[in-house]
Amino acid sequence: MSVNVEQLSCQEFVELVTDYLEGALPAEEAARFEDHIGRCTGCAAYLDQIRETIALTGRLTPESLSPEAERDLLDAFRGWRSA
Amino acid sequence: MAVAEAQLVEALRAGDEEAFAALVREYNPSLVRVARMYVPTQAAAEEVAQETWLAVLNGLDRFEGRSSLKTWIFRILTNIAKTRAVRDGRTLPFSALQDPGSVPEAAVDADRFLDSEHPRWPGHWVVKPVAWPEDALLAAETRERLAEAIEALPANQRAVISLRDIEGWSSDEVRNALDLSETNQRVLLHRARAKVRAALDSYLEQA
Repeated sequence: MSVNVEQLSCQEFVELVTDYLEGALPAEEAARFEDHIGRCTGCAAYLDQIRETIALTGRLTPESLSPEAERDLLDAFRGWRSA
Repeated sequence: MAVAEAQLVEALRAGDEEAFAALVREYNPSLVRVARMYVPTQAAAEEVAQETWLAVLNGLDRFEGRSSLKTWIFRILTNIAKTRAVRDGRTLPFSALQDPGSVPEAAVDADRFLDSEHPRWPGHWVVKPVAWPEDALLAAETRERLAEAIEALPANQRAVISLRDIEGWSSDEVRNALDLSETNQRVLLHRARAKVRAALDSYLEQA
């Protein structure tokens, strides 16, 4: 078996990123994934970009409820309570 | 039922308006997002969320705590949204919404990689990604691009990335709320994050 067969290509690597971050990769595949990070600056940068994307997304504020919608729902609640 | 949740349900049953308002503030935005997976417009999604709250109130006495309150509320939402989609003649194949695997989608365009016949580096980057500039990354405009990229996603991917990465839900919570298998939840998250990354990358490249 040649070494190349065992190594991930970059194209394969990018498809495994979420499974890796979710802890869903079997140990052997996680090891191949981490091995690839050590050999490939492009994929290491890609993984960092995904992590930065996640962090940046986490800083978006969740949408808030409009005052009108909240008022309507509270009206409904009072109606329900007195029913 | 967890103690805090039992107390909350008790407060709601007793007609505690502040408890209800807090619950609505916490979950309504997510309810609307999830409803958007099933109905075509924002307005319709808001109506579905509204209807859900009424159904929650009406069903509260029957809630036994076999699932978490959150899961229960989202189940109600999903049922109402599906019923509405059928009523509105949206013959959406829900299986297609929930089975993303049927249509393959690459995280990164194939033309970013050397082809599989390449003598030395098959499947390797044509041009390697490089670290994003920190200052540009934190700029307000980048944030806007990010929000736009999320908005542009298909509804099911948008729902998953919003709940996971904005609202901070666990994968189990998202799976339960959206009635997704573990694999499909992950596939949707994967595609959503990959597209948002690509959008940021092409923006930051020009910045």
